[in-house]
Amino acid sequence: MEIATLTTLAGIVEYAVPVLFASIGENITEKAGITNLSVNGTIILSAMGGFVVSMNTGSLLLGFLTGALIGAAVAAIVAFSSITLKQSQVAIGFILALLCRDLGYFLGAPYTNKPGIFLSKVPIPGLSEIPILGPVFFNHSLVVYASYLLIIITFVYMYKTRPGLMLQGIGERPTAAFARGANVKALRYLYTILGGALVGLAGPMYSLAVKIGWAGQLSGLDGVGWIALAITIFGGWNPLRVAFGAYLFGGLQQLGITLQSTTDIPIQILQAAPFPLMIFTLLLVNVGRAEWVERELAAMPEKPRKVISKILRALRTSPPASLGVPFEND
Amino acid sequence: MSIQTPAVKTSANGRKKGLLDFGIRLSAVILAFVFTSLILLLVKADPLEAYKTLVTGAFSTTSKITSVAASWVPLVIATSGLLFTFTAGLWNIGMEGQIVLGSVFAVGAFRLLDNTAMDPTLVIIIAFIAGALGGILWALLPGLMKVYGGVNEIFGGLGLNFVAKTIAIWLIFGPWKRPGVASSSGTEWIDIKYRLVNMPGTNLSLVILIIAVIVAILTAILLKGTHFGLKLKAIGKNYKAAYLLGIPTTRYFLMAFGMCGLFAGITGAILVTSKQYSLIPDAGFGYGFLGLLVAMLVNYHPIWSSIVAIFFAALTIGNTQLQYMGLSTYFAGVLQGILVLFVVLVDGLRKRLVRRM
Amino acid sequence: MKITLQHIDKSFGKVHANDDINLTIPSGTIQGILGENGAGKSTLMKILTGYYQADSGEILLDDMKVKITSPEDAVVRGIGMLHQDPLDFPPMKVIDNFLLGTKGGLFPNRKQVENEILRLSNEFDFQINPDAFVETMTVGERQQLEILRLLWLGVKVLILDEPTTGISANQKDKLFATLVKLASQGLTVIFVSHKLEEVEQLCNRVAVFRQGKLVGEVDPPYRTDQFVYLMFGKNVEVGEKASFCTDDTYIKLKNIGLEDYRLRLKDINLEIKSGEIIGLAGMEGSGQRLFLRMLAGLMRPVSGNIYIDGVDFTGKNYHVFQNSGVAYLPASRLEEGLIPGMTLTEHFILSEKHRELFVDQRSAMDLTEERIKTFNIKGTPVSQVEQLSGGNQQRALLALLRKRLRLILMEHPTRGLDIESAIWIWSKMKERCKDCASIVFTSSDLDEILQYSDRILVFFGGLVSPPINAKSTTVDELGQLIGGKGW
Repeated sequence: MEIATLTTLAGIVEYAVPVLFASIGENITEKAGITNLSVNGTIILSAMGGFVVSMNTGSLLLGFLTGALIGAAVAAIVAFSSITLKQSQVAIGFILALLCRDLGYFLGAPYTNKPGIFLSKVPIPGLSEIPILGPVFFNHSLVVYASYLLIIITFVYMYKTRPGLMLQGIGERPTAAFARGANVKALRYLYTILGGALVGLAGPMYSLAVKIGWAGQLSGLDGVGWIALAITIFGGWNPLRVAFGAYLFGGLQQLGITLQSTTDIPIQILQAAPFPLMIFTLLLVNVGRAEWVERELAAMPEKPRKVISKILRALRTSPPASLGVPFEND
Repeated sequence: MSIQTPAVKTSANGRKKGLLDFGIRLSAVILAFVFTSLILLLVKADPLEAYKTLVTGAFSTTSKITSVAASWVPLVIATSGLLFTFTAGLWNIGMEGQIVLGSVFAVGAFRLLDNTAMDPTLVIIIAFIAGALGGILWALLPGLMKVYGGVNEIFGGLGLNFVAKTIAIWLIFGPWKRPGVASSSGTEWIDIKYRLVNMPGTNLSLVILIIAVIVAILTAILLKGTHFGLKLKAIGKNYKAAYLLGIPTTRYFLMAFGMCGLFAGITGAILVTSKQYSLIPDAGFGYGFLGLLVAMLVNYHPIWSSIVAIFFAALTIGNTQLQYMGLSTYFAGVLQGILVLFVVLVDGLRKRLVRRM
Repeated sequence: MKITLQHIDKSFGKVHANDDINLTIPSGTIQGILGENGAGKSTLMKILTGYYQADSGEILLDDMKVKITSPEDAVVRGIGMLHQDPLDFPPMKVIDNFLLGTKGGLFPNRKQVENEILRLSNEFDFQINPDAFVETMTVGERQQLEILRLLWLGVKVLILDEPTTGISANQKDKLFATLVKLASQGLTVIFVSHKLEEVEQLCNRVAVFRQGKLVGEVDPPYRTDQFVYLMFGKNVEVGEKASFCTDDTYIKLKNIGLEDYRLRLKDINLEIKSGEIIGLAGMEGSGQRLFLRMLAGLMRPVSGNIYIDGVDFTGKNYHVFQNSGVAYLPASRLEEGLIPGMTLTEHFILSEKHRELFVDQRSAMDLTEERIKTFNIKGTPVSQVEQLSGGNQQRALLALLRKRLRLILMEHPTRGLDIESAIWIWSKMKERCKDCASIVFTSSDLDEILQYSDRILVFFGGLVSPPINAKSTTVDELGQLIGGKGW
C-alpha cells in the first residue's frame, strides 16, 4: 500500500479520537437514563482549559486532568438539575452548551494563538513495525492507544460485568433496578459525572494532541459536540457501534483535509459536510418508526413489505427506555 | 355562583404566587451576578467597573439607547417565533439558520430587483416577503424531518444551522462575491435606497420598531386567546392525547415551525435592511440562540419575554464597550448564559420545596 | 417463615390507607388478601416489602421484630414480591435479568447461573430459556421467570399481586400448582387479588380489606356472598343485562389482515350491528389492541376492507373515522387520553369543533360545569386532569366523547376502578347503545366481558375466533380458548 494511503488511514484513526471519547462518555451517561446535551460547550471549554493549564504548568497530564475536571463539573450541574431538581434535561443541557462555549472563548481570549506544549507520537515497539496495521494503528500519541482501551473496557463493562448490568438496568427500568437494591439517583449521578469527565477529556485531546493549540473561535471545535451526540444515537447506545460512528466521522474529516489540498473548495464548506450526513444517518435509524411508513408498508404487497420492514428494523436503534425520565423511589 | 368561586380564588392566589415567583426569580438574578463577578475576578477585572461600563455602554446617550432598541427588535421577533415552537413542545434550535436564510433570501431579492425600475418601497416589501419565505422554508425542513422522518428537531435544526452558514459563505465567496476580491466581510452593500432610514439623531428605524411591537402583541394574543394557541399547547403537553382528541398534530407541528420560520425570516430581512446592509458569514448574529435563552428565562411567557429582551439587548450593546477594559466581547454571552442557568436552577429548587411541602 | 403484623398504620395526606392492621400468617400457608382497588392491600404489601415505612406498628418475622428499609432489604430478609407487571428488563436476556442486582465479583459466573436457571425451570416444569430476550416472552412466562429468580435468591415469603391478570388458563393452572407446591415446602405465600373465585380456589385463609381496614378473616369453607358483603359493606347490584343490539349492520370487515413486527392476524370477517357490544378477550398482546386500532383508523390493515355504513374506509386515517362518528378511548388515561397540565375546561374546549378564532372562556366554563355535574366528576372546571383520581379521569374521558357517536372503542374501560365506578361507567355506555352506538372493548376481566357483551371475539396467538354469543358461553369455555385449547 502507498505511504499516502497509510497516512490517510492513520489520520482517520487519530481524528476520531476526541469525538470517540465524547460519544462514548455520552453513551455511558445516556445508558444510565440521563441526557447531557452540553457536550458541544464542554469540549470547547475544556479544550481551552486544558491548553491554558498545560501551557502554564508545562504538564500535559495536568492539562488532560483539567479537561476531565471541567467535563465532570459541567456534568454535575446537569445531574443536579435533572436528577435532584427534575428540571428539563434538554433545557439545562442546552443552556450549558451555549454558556460553556462562550465561557471558553471569553476566558481563553488572552491565550489565543499562544505557543503551547503538545503530545508527541510514541510508536509501540514491535507492533508499529507490522506492515500496514503498524503505521495505521500503532504509530500514534498515547491518547490514541487510550481510545482503543476505552472502547474495549466500556463494552466489556457494560455488557459483561455486574455493575455494568446495573448500569443498563437504571436506564432501562429504574423501578425494577431499585427493587434489586440499586441506589438509582446516586448511580445516575456517578455515570453522568463519569461520562462528563470523558467528554471533558475530548477537549484537551484536540488542543494538546489532534488539532494542536488554542485559536478561540477559529479552533473549529464548534459543532463537534453535536456530532458526538448524534453518533451516540446512530450507535444505538452500544460502544462498539458508537466507535464505528466516530471512525466514520474521522474519515470524513480526513477526507476534508485531503480535498482541501487537492481542490479549491472553501474550507468552511468541507467543515460543514458532516452535518447533512449527521441528519441523514439519524433519518436512516429513525424513519422506520414514522406512522406514514407503517401505513405505506401496510398498503404494499407482502414480499416487498417484509423485505423493507426487515431493513428498517435492522437500521433502527432504540434508546434506553427511561432516558430522560426522572425517577422517584415509589 | 359555583362558577365564580374557584376562578376568583385562583386569581387571588395567583397574584400572591406571582409575587413569590417574581421574588424567587430576582434572587436567582442576584446569584447570577455574584457568580459572574467571580468569573470577572478570575480574569482580574473589576466587576463593578465592568457592570458600570455595561450600563453606560447601553444607556448613556440617545444613540446608545436607540441602538439597544434596534437590537431589541430582532431579538423580540426571534423570541416570539420561538414561543410558538416552545408552546408546541418543540426545541427549534435551528432558529439561527432560519434567520440566515431570511437574510440570504432578502439579499437575493435586492440583487435580483436592483436594476429594475421598481419602486424601492415595493422592492423592500418584496425582500421582506422573500426573507419570510426563506425562513419558513428552512424551518419546515426540520419540521418535516421530525414528523415524517422521526429525526429529533434539535439535531435537524442544528445541522441545518451549519448548512445555512455554509450557504451564506459559499454565496459570499462564490456567486455573490464583491467585484475584485471576495472577502469575509460580506457581499456588496445593498443600494442606499433600499436601506431603512433611521429616525433623526438615532440608530433606530421606526418601521422595524413598529413591526416588532406588532409581532410581540400578535404572539401574545394568538398563544393566549385563540383556539390555535390552545391546540398548540395541547400538542406540546401530550401530542398523542391531542391527536386522539381530534387535533391534526402533524399540521399543527408544521404550523408552529412555519410561524417560527416566518418570524425568523422577517428577522433576517430586518438585519439586512437596517443593520448590515449585506450578507455576512455570521448573518444570524446569534439572535436565534439568544431568543432561546430569553424564552427559557421567562418560562415561555410572551409579555415577559418582550421585557427581558430589552435587558438582553442592552447587554449586547453595552458589551461592545468592554473591549476598552481589555475584556472579550463574549462576556455578554457568559452573563446571559449564567443568568438563565441560575433562573432554571433556582426555579427547580422552588419546585422541589413545593413538592416537599 | 411466619409473619406477624401488629397495629400497622399508614396515611397519605388525608387518605388513611392502612388503619390498625393486625394479621398473622403462619409458614406454609397460602394467605389470600382480598379487596377492591383502593382498599389498602397494595399499601400493606408495599410496607411489607420495604417500599413504604409504616407510620406506626410492628412487623415480626418468625417472632423477631424487624425494620424493612427497602425492597432489597426485604429480599435479604426473605420476602420477595411478584408485581402485577413483573419488574424485569424486557430488552435484556433472561440470564442478565437473573444476574442484575446480584452481589459478587466483577465478572459473574454465567455458566453456573445458566445451569441453575435450567435446573429450577425443570423442577417447576417451566420452559425458560436463559438466552431468550425477556421482551419475546408472555406475561405468564415473565412471571415464572420472576418466581424462579426470587426462589433462587432464597425468599421464604412470596407475595403475588394480582398475578392472574393477562395470563392464560393454562398458565394460571400451572401457577396455582406451583404455589401449592411451594407452600407444601414451607414457603409462605401471600396472594393479593380482587377476584373471589381465585381466592376461594387457592387460599387456606383469606383476609378481606375495605377502605384501609382489615374487615374480616375467613377460613374455608368459603361462601361467596359473605366475601361480597365484607368487600363492599353491602350486597352489590350489577346492572341488569339489557341489549340494544339491532339488525342494522354498521361496520363490515372483509378479509382483514393485520400485522405488526410480532404478530399476524389473517382473514377477519365480522359485521358489527348498530347498538351492539362486542367484547375482545385474550391474553394481553394477542392482537386485541391491533384490532381496536384498526377499527379506529389508527392502524392500516395489510389486506381486506373496512366498510362503515357501506362506505369503504380502508386506509383512511383516524380523523376521518372520527368525523364519521368513531371514538377511541385508550387504556393509558394520562399518556394517551388526557393532557396532564391542562384543565378540564381546556379539555372540553379542545374536544369540540370550533370555527371562530378566539376562545370563548365564558361558555366553555358553563359547558364544563354542566358536564362535571352530568358525569359526576369530583373536580372543578379549573382542576388539572392529573389531580383527578383514576375513576374521575375515566369519567372525564367519557364526558369528552362527542354527542353523536356510532362506534366507541374502549381499551380496558374499567381497569383500576372500584366496582361502583365500573358499574356507573357501563350504565353510561349502555345509554350510548340505546342511541344506536356500537361498542367494541377489550378487558382482561372475563366476567366483565361476559356481563356486558352481546358477542365475544377471542384472540389467541394470531388467531381470532368467530363471534361467540355471550348468552350461550361460560367463563370456562372462554378461558380454554384464551389459553389456546379448543381451536
